[in-house]
Amino acid sequence: MSTTTAPTPPAAASRGVPFASSTTTRVVTFLLLAYTVYAVAQLDFSWNRFVEGLGHGARLIGKMFPPDLGKWDILVKGMVESMQIAVLATVLGISISLPLGFLGARNLMPGWVTWIARAIVAICRSLHPVIVAILFVKAVGFGALAGILALTVASIGFVGKLFAEAIEEISPKQVEAVRATGASFMNVILFGVLPQVMARFVGFVTYQLDSNLRNSTMVGIVGAGGIGGALFSAFQRFDYGFVFTILATIVCIIVLAEIGTNYVKKAFHV
Amino acid sequence: MAHALDIQGLVKEYKAGQPVLKGISLSIEGTGLTSVIGPSGTGKSTLLRCVNRLIDPTKGSIWLTHEGVRVDMSTLQGKALREQRRHIGMVFQEYNLVERLTVMENLLTGRLGYIDAWNAWRRKFPQADIERAFELLDIVGLSAFAHQRADALSGGQRQRVGIARALMQHPRVLLADEPTSSLDPKTSVEIMTLLREQGRARGIPVVVNIHDVDLARRFSDRIVGMSGGHVVYDGDGAGLTEPILKQIYGGEDWLQ
Repeated sequence: MSTTTAPTPPAAASRGVPFASSTTTRVVTFLLLAYTVYAVAQLDFSWNRFVEGLGHGARLIGKMFPPDLGKWDILVKGMVESMQIAVLATVLGISISLPLGFLGARNLMPGWVTWIARAIVAICRSLHPVIVAILFVKAVGFGALAGILALTVASIGFVGKLFAEAIEEISPKQVEAVRATGASFMNVILFGVLPQVMARFVGFVTYQLDSNLRNSTMVGIVGAGGIGGALFSAFQRFDYGFVFTILATIVCIIVLAEIGTNYVKKAFHV
Repeated sequence: MAHALDIQGLVKEYKAGQPVLKGISLSIEGTGLTSVIGPSGTGKSTLLRCVNRLIDPTKGSIWLTHEGVRVDMSTLQGKALREQRRHIGMVFQEYNLVERLTVMENLLTGRLGYIDAWNAWRRKFPQADIERAFELLDIVGLSAFAHQRADALSGGQRQRVGIARALMQHPRVLLADEPTSSLDPKTSVEIMTLLREQGRARGIPVVVNIHDVDLARRFSDRIVGMSGGHVVYDGDGAGLTEPILKQIYGGEDWLQ
């Protein structure tokens, strides 16, 4: 700017040193390595234990064959419930994450609003879904409702943050142009902001659905509905044949979901 | 007849005590193309953005007169500000189209001041707006591109869409912030021609920030020279002599 004086250059760079070296980076790297070595030493790992473990693992896998295909009703009921938990938690979680994402975006909202929105999202993210599921089982009782609520909280914690960050990375120029037409705040969001983030949002949503599908098979272990309950009791009965059937089904569902979400992403040009 | 735009004692300080605009007074007649020239950082963009209040001025007033209404843009807030903004079209250096929307959607953006969010969400614009959008696409020669996404267009095409979007507003004043700086010389001439013609056809004033002095001379009815936050020249292209250019930009080697 012609009205201000030119910024003073930083202290003269010494010739012969093309890149500044950072002592801090070196110290941090060294500390991280030292801690890793220390932690390994503390945790009493030994090669023997590992080799022994391999043997146990092989025997466990051996017991899984032949897979038990006789309990279709339990399997189907559990898997259907898991998928319902995953889909409902995703829909609910995204519906809450969207407004929270906008409220948390520092380029759209005043500081104190973003602070509150970000705090809510951070709290949702701070506890593992299984711990949240235990809390909800205590609150609303055993069953799918607890699972849905737990995964909704997990979805908010994850997608809310990603939404806010995606919104913060948009081009302000496009927003400025929409504002200049006299558009209301909501219309600026609809025409200036949403088109810029929509494709990324679809990506986050499909990722979260995938993640919720996996987690919905787990919350049942603590009684929050879905196939997890059946899986846990099969383990306890040493019914490894049925365990294998359940695990194989979960893998199939996840792979199918992956294929499905790829189609959705293509449809939205992500 | 009152001036379409009457800027009085406009001061803008981004940092307290360091004004970028140091008391600009400028009256823009109801018609004609006015070019604002001056070195980078002298506040040309700030001046235009104060008019439609994308930037809030520190001091001074900006009187906008249209159809018997006379308002001071510098004092407006909220809804009243948005209502007046609708009458000021703006064209940007980097086009500022919404890249992922189609050309048609970008044009209809010019009508967003008149429709509510529910209809905007459903893309439900009045038929008259849609017809006007197609007419304007004809005028700027992009009818075939209505359903293309904006990011598929070339620079010159994007700027035509930018101009069409501004004209969708039925503006009473058209502002253009360095509309040709990102374009090649031939396209620049085409864009300036379009701005001048559309201003004349609609009987509205066009104010253009521009770096290219020759282009400014060729297309302007009036040239305003700014330097150091002041207006240092105000006249026609012929009066823009070398000593005056030296005064505006400083130095003289570039004039050889």
